Formats: sequence, structure tokens, C-alpha cells
Amino acid sequence: MATLHTVNKSPFMTQTLLSCINHAKDGDAILMIEDGVYGGMAGTGLSDAVAAKAASLNICVLTEDLEARGLDAGRLVEGVSAVGYDGFVDLVAETDRTQAWL
Amino acid sequence: MSDTKKFLYVNRRAPYGTIYALESLEVVLIGAAFEQDVSLAFLDDGVFQLTKGQKTDGLGVKNFSPTFRALGDYDVTKLYVEKESLEERGLSEADLQEIMYEDEDDDWEEKPSIRIVSRAEMVDIMSDQDVVLSF
Repeated sequence: MATLHTVNKSPFMTQTLLSCINHAKDGDAILMIEDGVYGGMAGTGLSDAVAAKAASLNICVLTEDLEARGLDAGRLVEGVSAVGYDGFVDLVAETDRTQAWL
Repeated sequence: MSDTKKFLYVNRRAPYGTIYALESLEVVLIGAAFEQDVSLAFLDDGVFQLTKGQKTDGLGVKNFSPTFRALGDYDVTKLYVEKESLEERGLSEADLQEIMYEDEDDDWEEKPSIRIVSRAEMVDIMSDQDVVLSF
């Protein structure tokens, strides 16, 4: 009974990513999209909080949104993976519900 | 009515700075007409929606906080409020308005709709839904 959580806001503008992380259950997936992708980057003030959950959650970042912002998967926190639109669809299909953290 | 689904409306924003809170309430009232199993969750700044004593005359916008007290008439009787979010904002249950409903399964006894839950309980409530709608 896993949930896919999507986060579309920069974690440096809002607390949304942290709130999402604090409300995700082990085995859930988090997909960062739009400005949310900044939350997956290594070397930020939030990297440790994300890394700490990378083992118990499936944390992903949408490749298209990364690339649009001049970032690539090499810049991500270890344990965070990049997925494309097809991976997004797979996550929706594999989970029981989607919760959008707006 | 075997196709009743569990709907959770997640409220994470304060009431008057944006239109989200009012729109959420509108959608809840519309959804209530479809006889689904509806719950509301209030966390983060969403807990500010339920404070008592709201007075918007000076702003010239609708004070929609009394509308929460009408939800019981639409069988929306589960308003989950996260304890940690209240505490982080210096609030307690005493700062929230009283919202009651009449329990038809218990001789129409008046009961509180607001249920204060821990963050851990909120996680379980969220993961027990068929549909989660965020505002």
C-alpha cells in the first residue's frame, strides 16, 4: 500500500519537501518535479535530510525538469535517482495513490 | 454503495493569503454530495484555518471559518488536526473553534469533529486513503 508523493516547489522557498519527507511511510516513493528537483541536489543545506531517507524511500527526480535547469543526474544526492516521463508513469502505476504536495 | 471511496482533503495553507483554503472547502462541500467517505487533514499552515475568532470585515473578504461548522450536516465529521503543526505555531486545541456533529448511530449525540492526531497518526491516515486531494 505505497504512496507516490510529488513535490513541485523549491525546498529553499517552502517547507513542502521537509513536510513531505516527514509524512512519507517507509516504502513510499517521492518524485521531485518542476522546481522541486532542486531538492535532489547534493551539497545543499537539505542534502543530509534527503540522504537520510534515501534508504527507506524511493526518491526520484524528473530528468526533463533537471535538464531544463542545466542540472544532470551526477549532481544528485547519492541514493536519489533520475527518471523520465516513462518512469513517472511507472511510479503512478506501481503505487496505490498519489499525493501531490503543492 | 460498495463503490464508496475514502477521500482525504489535505489542507496545508493559512486561510486568507491565498484562495486555496476557501477553494478546498468549496470542493469538500461539492464532494460531500457524492456520498463518499470524506476526511479532512490540517497540517503545516493549514491548522490556521481552524482558529476561532476570525474576523474579516476589515479585509472585505468572506469569513468562511463558520462554514466548517456546517460540514457535519453533510456527513463530513472527521477533521484531523496535526498536533506537531499546532505546537510549532504556538497553538493548542483551545485556540481552535468548536466543531460538533450529531452522531446518527448514537442517538444523535453531539460529538466533536476535530480530532487532534500526532504526526505518526497522520502518516497512517494518509496512507489509508483511496484518493488524496491537496490544497
